[in-house]
Amino acid sequence: MGYTAADLRKGLRIEIQGIPFVVTEFTFVKPGKGAAIYTCRIKNMFDGSTQLRAYRSNDTFDKPDLEERTMRYSYAEGDQFIFLDENFEQVTIPGSVLGDSQYFLFEDVEVSVMFHNGRPVDVTLPTFVEKQILETDPGNRGNTATNVLKPAKIAGGYELQVPLFINQGDIVKIDTRTGGYADRVSKR
Amino acid sequence: MPLPSVPEDGLNRLRAARPVFEARARLVDAVRSFFKSRGYLEVETPVRLPVPALELHIDALPSGNAFLRTSPELAMKRLVASGYSSLFQIGPCFRWGETGRIHHEEFSMLEWYRIGTDYTGIFQETQDLIRSVADQVLGRRRWDFQGQWIDLDLPWVVLSVDEIFKERAGWDPVEDFDAERFDRDLLGIIEPGFPRDRAVVLKDYPAQLGALARRKPGREQVAERWELYLGGIEIANAFSELTDPVEQRARFADWTAQRQADQRSVYPVDPEFMAALESGLPPTGGIALGLDRLLMVLLNAASLDTVLPFRTPVDTGST
Repeated sequence: MGYTAADLRKGLRIEIQGIPFVVTEFTFVKPGKGAAIYTCRIKNMFDGSTQLRAYRSNDTFDKPDLEERTMRYSYAEGDQFIFLDENFEQVTIPGSVLGDSQYFLFEDVEVSVMFHNGRPVDVTLPTFVEKQILETDPGNRGNTATNVLKPAKIAGGYELQVPLFINQGDIVKIDTRTGGYADRVSKR
Repeated sequence: MPLPSVPEDGLNRLRAARPVFEARARLVDAVRSFFKSRGYLEVETPVRLPVPALELHIDALPSGNAFLRTSPELAMKRLVASGYSSLFQIGPCFRWGETGRIHHEEFSMLEWYRIGTDYTGIFQETQDLIRSVADQVLGRRRWDFQGQWIDLDLPWVVLSVDEIFKERAGWDPVEDFDAERFDRDLLGIIEPGFPRDRAVVLKDYPAQLGALARRKPGREQVAERWELYLGGIEIANAFSELTDPVEQRARFADWTAQRQADQRSVYPVDPEFMAALESGLPPTGGIALGLDRLLMVLLNAASLDTVLPFRTPVDTGST
């Protein structure tokens, strides 16, 4: 059981040669009396790379065996991150799957883990997480502008751009979808 | 007339669409008065058919033990064969799986047929119709469509498939046909190169893309078919109608074989239509025009979403 090109739409997950992809952009075109062309941008769910593809109506796709499960973050061992499911079964997810998300984890945070054929391929965190700034140039108290930015680091060495008024020790809110600064939560 | 942007909420969307409904009503009035002034008879033919028209790339939506029509073409040709000389019809048609910026599975078609003419006569009539419709819907013949003025009084550009493909794409699809390459170059090179400030007609397609058009007398590899474009959007498809039952049967057989090879549904040939052709269809010109697309262009809308207020806006991506 799979999909044909006519099933394609934004957000559909398909499998091509064993690799799960998600359709991120979709356009239907059909010249008069001609064949339909389904143009898609598809994102490789393993490595996040994208490509533009044009399909015809008789193209078919496998349906990826995907399962989404809610899990809690427990601890890290080097580049391996340990999560627990509701039965306290451990699942180890490598840092390469987490990408920058690995820097935004904290103990007990609830995440959604996507498994492909039982292998974890994607982890979705809460949209906003709070992290302490460990390293940045001294703050400029008078400058409350949010459009002038400077680099800052959080635990693990992840670097992001923050407004000038942020000081070392401040807690900031980070948007996990972009990895960018969202707001200041509290001053040191 | 400025168009409101379409709000997400359903009732608000319908409320905000009043100018669209009003413009559509003017469009339909304009079409009817145009054809009635020329002696055309308006007809209604069945929407639900035991067998849909068989075409290579058009799929019919099943409806119980029947199908929704993909066009009224076969029924209207049966009327022509039985002696009606000039007919038009406005009504819904359905094409399975066609959803996009300028596609909707249910759409409104205008078709008309006239005996004793061919695709050239239909071209003259289409010019008159489109100008008259713009006069009545917009009150003018020059309007902005997506940042480009369209002026219907500028001479319409007529391009032959073989010439424009040789010039722009470097090959001649009439001499050496390749369906996939044709579609790709048409969409990628030819259509984007069309002038946007005036109507464009692309004519004389390779016979393989003739659908239900006759071959050009003296040049058998060309089908007498043209397509009208406004603002780069394909609006209408016209034929010198194919009247030869032998050739029609051969085309149906060819499409059936190709559809089977592509593992698509095949529909039996409509016996009533074949009987009409065999009884003798006089030389006839005919055309199908997408009313929703015409309205979309007249109202300077970027997609059919605006002119189909009942449709959930389609996320058609950005490519």
